[in-house]
Amino acid sequence: MSSQVLARLRAQRLTRIAAAVLAAIVLASLLVPWLSPYDSYTPDFALLSHPPMLAGAHVLGTDPLGRDLLVRVMWGCRISLAIGVVATLMSVLIGVSWGAIAGYAGGTTDQLMMRVVDVLYSVPFVPFVIVLTVLFGRGLWLIFLAIGAVSWLDIARIVRGQTLSLKQREFIEAARIAGVHGIGMIRRHIVPNLLGIVAVYATLTIPAVILFEALLSFLGMGVQSPMASLGSLVADGASDMQSHPHLLIVPAAFLTAIIYAFNYLGDGLRKALDPRGQP
Amino acid sequence: MTRYLLRRLLVAVPTLLLITTLGFALLHAAPGGPFDADKRMLPAIQQAIEARYHLHEPLWRQYLRYLGQLAHGDLGPSFQYRGTSVNQIIAQGLPVDAAVGLSALALALLAGGGIGVTAALREGGAWDHAAMALAAVGISVPLFVLAPLLVLIFAVTLHWLPAGDWVAGSPSHLLLPALALALPYAGYIARLMRGSTLEVLNSPFIRTAQAKGLPSHHILWHHALRPALTPLVSYLGPAFAGVLTGSIVVESIFGLPGIGRFFITAALNRDYTLVMGITVLYGTLIILCNLLADLCYAWIDPRVRLA
Amino acid sequence: MNSPSSAEPLLQLQDVSVAYRTASGAAVPVVRGVNLQLAPGEILGLAGESGSGKTQLLLSIIGLNGQHAQLTGSVRYRGQELLGRPIAELNRVRGARIATVFQDPATALNPYLPIGRQLSEVLRFHGGVPGRLARERACELLEAVQVADPHRRLQQYPHELSGGMRQRVVIAMALMASPEILLADEPTTALDVTVQSQILRLLLQLRERHGIAMVLVSHDMGVIAGLADRVAVMYAGRIVEQAGIDALFEQPQHPYSEALQRCVPSLAGPLPQRLPSIPGAPPDPAALAPGCAFAPRCAYRLALCEQRLPELREAGPGHWKACHYDQPLGRLRGELT
Repeated sequence: MSSQVLARLRAQRLTRIAAAVLAAIVLASLLVPWLSPYDSYTPDFALLSHPPMLAGAHVLGTDPLGRDLLVRVMWGCRISLAIGVVATLMSVLIGVSWGAIAGYAGGTTDQLMMRVVDVLYSVPFVPFVIVLTVLFGRGLWLIFLAIGAVSWLDIARIVRGQTLSLKQREFIEAARIAGVHGIGMIRRHIVPNLLGIVAVYATLTIPAVILFEALLSFLGMGVQSPMASLGSLVADGASDMQSHPHLLIVPAAFLTAIIYAFNYLGDGLRKALDPRGQP
Repeated sequence: MTRYLLRRLLVAVPTLLLITTLGFALLHAAPGGPFDADKRMLPAIQQAIEARYHLHEPLWRQYLRYLGQLAHGDLGPSFQYRGTSVNQIIAQGLPVDAAVGLSALALALLAGGGIGVTAALREGGAWDHAAMALAAVGISVPLFVLAPLLVLIFAVTLHWLPAGDWVAGSPSHLLLPALALALPYAGYIARLMRGSTLEVLNSPFIRTAQAKGLPSHHILWHHALRPALTPLVSYLGPAFAGVLTGSIVVESIFGLPGIGRFFITAALNRDYTLVMGITVLYGTLIILCNLLADLCYAWIDPRVRLA
Repeated sequence: MNSPSSAEPLLQLQDVSVAYRTASGAAVPVVRGVNLQLAPGEILGLAGESGSGKTQLLLSIIGLNGQHAQLTGSVRYRGQELLGRPIAELNRVRGARIATVFQDPATALNPYLPIGRQLSEVLRFHGGVPGRLARERACELLEAVQVADPHRRLQQYPHELSGGMRQRVVIAMALMASPEILLADEPTTALDVTVQSQILRLLLQLRERHGIAMVLVSHDMGVIAGLADRVAVMYAGRIVEQAGIDALFEQPQHPYSEALQRCVPSLAGPLPQRLPSIPGAPPDPAALAPGCAFAPRCAYRLALCEQRLPELREAGPGHWKACHYDQPLGRLRGELT
């Protein structure tokens, strides 16, 4: 089945472009800071907020402290992507376990676990994260924790629904007759069949997480200076929009490209897994 | 039906309790207190203030006291803005939020729904591609990038609309913030409605309707629309929650005197009651809106029985 | 092809072909050059396995093949050309003169609307009949199709009815505007066997009492045998044999028809050792070979069969076949060697 899926994925032009763009950005974010003569935190007071000099020393210009914008943005990409991937990983691990166990166990366990999800769903998520970050400092790990701790709810619901319908399938009954039970069943038969939908979900969650972290940075609660994520770079740039537009446009362009690429990738994955589904 | 409502409201109580408790615990667990900024205070005055706000009492007592007040709808006094109660602050800011938020939601639903359905009707055509590209922009570009961009275009360059501030009852001051807030949701709704409409139009019962010789507009409005709307109704709950929180960003950018703006400064200044009050308010609104969305869904789909 | 009856055919299909445009631009033929006639009050059976094109043929009569379909040929209802007409004009015929009953009643009815609405809207748009009168007629028809307590049923939703009842409602819905022709696509396939016979008997009654002509599509030869006056057997998008029902069953002239009948074991006579089936599989419409499409699976195959497409020729009075093999069949039934 997966070879068919790969074939369908490769056939979609937009998905190929999205994957290529993402790969390029990841590669650049790893290589450019290594290759560039500039680092991300040394100020250069001679060249403050300089616009891009495409043929010159600073390809994309400098920021208000004279630091090379290209290197800053590349570091920003690294951090935003890392936050996106790690937080999503967390939420997938928690969500899949929760949903699969609830769906497979059924009965009161299921009801109870899903009730917890329902209650947590009603918690105003953004205000809570804001409160958390304000109160407990702005460490990177706290951001991971806060985002991951709340975004597992969606995947838990989806996985539970899928598990419920998978439970009825014949191969589960066959496995049960062969003596497979409980955790073993979940691990060996249920979860592998969920991978498709989980992959789609994960690919669509990463941009949401990145956007959310960007929002936090914009509100002043994200990563701390001198570290910068794309979100904080955009926030800084937005305040200086009229005089030095490149400070907003460059990080915003990269942020938007990453989000777009993940969205199209997720879409393509969804279409590849279910060609008859919604376009 | 009444039994269902009662049951939902009953579940709402422990949820709100949880929110309140969590918020309370977090706020008091964090370092710092509400009056730290006022460094130079005579011990006597400090004691008097603490007594007034019951801050010297053991935590559990403060908690119960707060719950009791909450049951009466009293959100307590604000620590930041002495002499003003949280209820007053909320009453002042809520109309602004309501105006912006509800307008944004209405815009998103109408524009997104209209674009999505028409894109589905002209599937594969130029409008379809253009509409979906536009929707992708709304979804992918962050609100805090779009909003300043909109200000740049419409306020600074074209001078069509004011760049910010708030004049109650003035539609021109409402338009830009509501538009900025609506765009991401409009994009998502457009894609949602397009997919849903296409799926419905390919259903067997639509073919039956066509075989009966019914005119196309009748089929669209009376046979296709209701089923197509069901995913949208399911999305209403999360959309509303999103608009609520998105208004925080919009308020900072446009300088609107709404609740969201208060929230951040309140958290920074450890204004416990204001933070709690706003959190409880948000939680209640979200619960109510989810309930409304579920009721709408049951109203639209006769197969759903409110259990 | 001249019908022996003196009356003008109610429905006449000439050289009808349906092809689907694929994403790559190629056209996949699903119906190829079909000629058919339907006389007033006649029940014509369309038999064949899944993928033979029978449903597509049925849909082409009222133009419901979808936007990616290319239709050629001529479909005449009472002498009036239907193929290629704008939808607004087709809508005057659909439901009013030519009504359709689809396969699965569970999905054919709109789950979001009450039954009464779905029934009466037919008259609202065909004849401008006011609501109350339309509902009365709906009740009449529900009684005629043996649905008990029709007034209560009008307010109910499809999911509140059983499968058999739903199909009766679908049939009543088709009859609302008193059509002349009923197109039925596998009307009993999705139902239990006991309900099947009730529905079939109902359809026969409709013809007896109201003279409604029918085109009945089915892969079940038993259903066709019980209902049809004449049968057209389809294979790979073409009609391979057409005859009166008795003639077809007594003396099939096309190897495919013979093989089909042999697939149903007889209750009389000795039990077969193995269940007979037709070896091979139906061809892929996107990759049709020249010549007769059934040739690879045919027990009477000649060299000519794979090269030249056999045309439909008269093999007896009112009996047509598309086959190069001219001798009488019977090999499969053990009558000849």
